[in-house]
Order: sequence, then C-alpha cells, then structure tokens
Amino acid sequence: MKFDITRLFDLVAGDPQADRAVPPTGFTARLTLFTAGAMAFLAVFALALSLATGRLADRWSAELARTSTLRISAPADQADAQLLAAVEVLQTTPGVAQARPLTADEQRKLLEPWFGPELPIEDLPIPQLIEIIEEGDGYDATGLRARLQAEVPGAVLDDHTRWREPLVAAANRLRSLGWLALVLIAASTAAMITLAAQAALAANAQVIRVMRLVGARDIYIARAFVRRFTLRALSGAAIGTVAGVLAILLLPSADVAGGFLTGLGFQGAHWFWPLAIPPLAAAVAFFATRAAALKTLREQS
Amino acid sequence: MTVIDLDNVAYSYGGAELFSQVSLNLAAGSFHFLTGPSGAGKTTLLKLCYGELLAKGGQVRLFGEDAATMDRDAVAMARRRIGVVHQDCQFLDHLPVTDNIALPLTVSGRENEAADNLPDLLNWVGLQNQATQLPPQLSGGERQRAALARAVIMSPDVIIADEPTGNIDWEMSQRLLTLLIELNRMGKTVLIATHDMNIIRAAKTQVATRVLRLKDRRLMQAGVEL
Repeated sequence: MKFDITRLFDLVAGDPQADRAVPPTGFTARLTLFTAGAMAFLAVFALALSLATGRLADRWSAELARTSTLRISAPADQADAQLLAAVEVLQTTPGVAQARPLTADEQRKLLEPWFGPELPIEDLPIPQLIEIIEEGDGYDATGLRARLQAEVPGAVLDDHTRWREPLVAAANRLRSLGWLALVLIAASTAAMITLAAQAALAANAQVIRVMRLVGARDIYIARAFVRRFTLRALSGAAIGTVAGVLAILLLPSADVAGGFLTGLGFQGAHWFWPLAIPPLAAAVAFFATRAAALKTLREQS
Repeated sequence: MTVIDLDNVAYSYGGAELFSQVSLNLAAGSFHFLTGPSGAGKTTLLKLCYGELLAKGGQVRLFGEDAATMDRDAVAMARRRIGVVHQDCQFLDHLPVTDNIALPLTVSGRENEAADNLPDLLNWVGLQNQATQLPPQLSGGERQRAALARAVIMSPDVIIADEPTGNIDWEMSQRLLTLLIELNRMGKTVLIATHDMNIIRAAKTQVATRVLRLKDRRLMQAGVEL
C-alpha cells in the first residue's frame, strides 16, 4: 500500500465539521489518555534500560578488551627474576602499551573482600599480578603465551575473554529485552486504543447511521474517530513521557558503588530519544483506530 | 429516464422470504406511493432503493449501476442523489437543527453552500424560528419538516419518505404533502411508503401518482378502492 505522509498530516489536522458530527465520549477519551500516558511512562523506562545496557555492554566490552592480566606463580627465590623477565617480555611485545606489576597494597585490596584488611600478604605465597594495557589492535595472545612459556615458566596470561564474553552477552540480552519491552508496549497501546475506538464506534452507532444515510463515505466517518484518538494518544503520551523523564531525572546519579542500576538513564544526545515517544504513540493510535474504524464500519453495513 | 430500477427482486430475513418477484421502475419526475400492511416489507423495499440493503435475488440498479457490484464509496455517492425521510427522522441530537439540515452538504465537502441554501430552506419548511434548537426540542411535525429539509438540501434526484406522516396530525401531514408535491413539480422523483390512505387520496387530486401495494410477498398496482 502506498502511503503518503501528507495524508497523515491532513488527517491529524482533520476536518472540524467531521469532528463535530461525532459527540465526545468521555469514557473512551479518558481510557485513551490514560493508556497512552501510562504506556509512554513505561516506554521511557524501557528506552532508558535499552540505552543504559547498551552503554554497559559497550563499556564492558571495550574496557575489558583493552586490558589483561599476567599471573606469575613462582618459588620465592625465583619470583623477582621471573617478574623482571615477564615485564621485559611484555615491554618488547607489539600491541602492549603498558605492563605494570601491581603493588602489595593493590593486591591486598583485591583480596580484602575475602580475607579482610590485615592480610600479611608479604608472608603468603600469593602470585604476583601484572596489569597489561593494550594499544592499537592489541597483542598476539598466542605468540605472547609461547614466549612467556619459554622465558617465564610460572606465568599465566589471562586476557579476560572467559568472563568478559558472558558479561557482554548478558548486557546485550538486557538491551534486547529493553527493545522487546518497547515493542510490547507499542502493541499493548495499539490493542487498548483499538478497544477504545471500537467502544466509541459502538456508542456512536446512531451517529454513524445518520451520516451514512446522508451520503458520508466510510473514510469520512473514520476520520472523525481517527483524528480524535490520534490527538488523545499524542497528548496522553506527551504527559506520560514528561513524567517518565522526570522520574529518570530523580533517580540517584551513577556512582561506582551504585553500579548498573544507578546508571539507568540517558546520557548526552540520548536525552532527545524520549521526544520520539509521543509521535510514535500518535502513529500507533492513528493506524490502530483507522483499522478498527474501517473494519467496524464494514461490519456494521 | 429511469433513476431506480428493481428487477425481479427478492429479499428474506434469516431464510424467511419477505417478498420476491418485485419489479419497480422509478422514472425521473414520477410520484409513487407504496402501501401495504405492517410487516409486508415496505421499509425493506425502500432500503433496497437507496442502497442500505442488498437484494437477495434479482437486480437493483441505482442510476443505472447494479447496486450489487457498487463499492461502498459508490453507494455513498448514490445516496447523495437520494434524499431520505424516515418516520423516526434520525438526527444528530447534539447538533442544532441548521447543522443537521446541512449535514449532507458537510459530509460531501460542500459546507460552504449551506449559508446560501439554509435560510430559504428553513423558510420553505417553516422552521426559521427553530434553527438553533436541538432536535429533541422539536415537535413531531417539526422533526418531519427538518428531515425533509435535510433530504432536499443537496437537490437530490429522488426523495424517498418512509411513513413521513406517521407521527403527525392531519394539518401537518397536508403541509408535508404539499412540500413533497412542490418538489415533484420541480422534477424530483418521489417515492412515499405510507399507511395513510387519506394522504394518497389528497395527493391524487393534485399530482399524477402511481400507487403500489406490497402484500402477500408481491408488489402490485393498488386497486380501485383508492
């Protein structure tokens, strides 16, 4: 079906005469406003979830892909020598920007959640960790492992792939769920508005009969209902979107301890995305009401 | 020239035949009465004549087009050429009389013409003082005259009236009949379904009419009792 966008605008602009012919129906007006408002409110959160999890997936993916860890487990008398050898190997490896052995304090902090703050780390045979930061396209992990095996026998390279992938997959799945929620919200809005439009058409059966009697075409009759429901959905969704954005603004700001949940929200240009919700709700209402009206008018004859 | 033509038409509700073998030819400018007992199918026959119902058998032609093959828009266009007056009138009760009378122009996108036509039309049907009233505020006779004004505002080719004098007194019936006869003299085709033999007799003294009787599932020329 060829769709002309100017016809959509004509229809929303509407025919005041056609609009007057249909008396206002309070119940369906309130139902449409409430549905559009509530769905827009939920849509703001679904959108925020999608965008936040998208950012999270990208960040985890990027950050973890750029770092890796070398763990050296060597007898005490060889530990320093192997550490030096490992750093030398790493510094001469293309794609490695920085190789920094973690200090005793840093290693203690890593173990603090399990062993407490007073852990005598110097007296324990704890492996030495080296943080590796990559540059460019990164290093050749297979080649580096081979060199380390030859020159630093106690070294184990962990490029984070093992636990990075499930995390990124989980974040991506959350992002997909956010989009799915948006689709479901749009479908629910369409269903509710269809029901409201059908109720309005049924309540105005006499009006429709009279308009038909005097030669009104189906599209003329449908237009009065379509315009009304489209504008109601637009205004309801605008209210719901404003409320949703305010609620997002009132969420606690993101911090390190808050982690993922406090990061739910919009950043930068993403704040403009909710602006798309009211027109999309209006478009959903337009097509849902038009389909319902034309179907009902066909069935009524 | 024929405006509405029914050829061997049959209609039934839920398998029960209402009438069959009905043929009716409405020539342009003719004046017909349709009579018959209650339940004989007069209203159904009228609805076939303005495309609200489709015949179950035979053929109905509206202005030369087969009603069975007309799409919904074509039926709407045909209805703009047929003014209908119902016994129960059927108005939009939330709109004033003027807007109701102008409704055919409004739905046709010709609302600009309403300002030119309405004052004369309101005078013609004697409703100039009721123009701003809502339909529920009108008396039975006023409603019938408002319905007639609405039926003729588009200057249709055909006027179809279903029991137009059913709810009004004799004087008002005479007045309505006079308006319908005036329209016929202007070249409009008129088809009136009625029980009211007095109205038919009164009309026959003023205009050449053809009286048809729908009885026992058949349409026939009415007898000499008229």
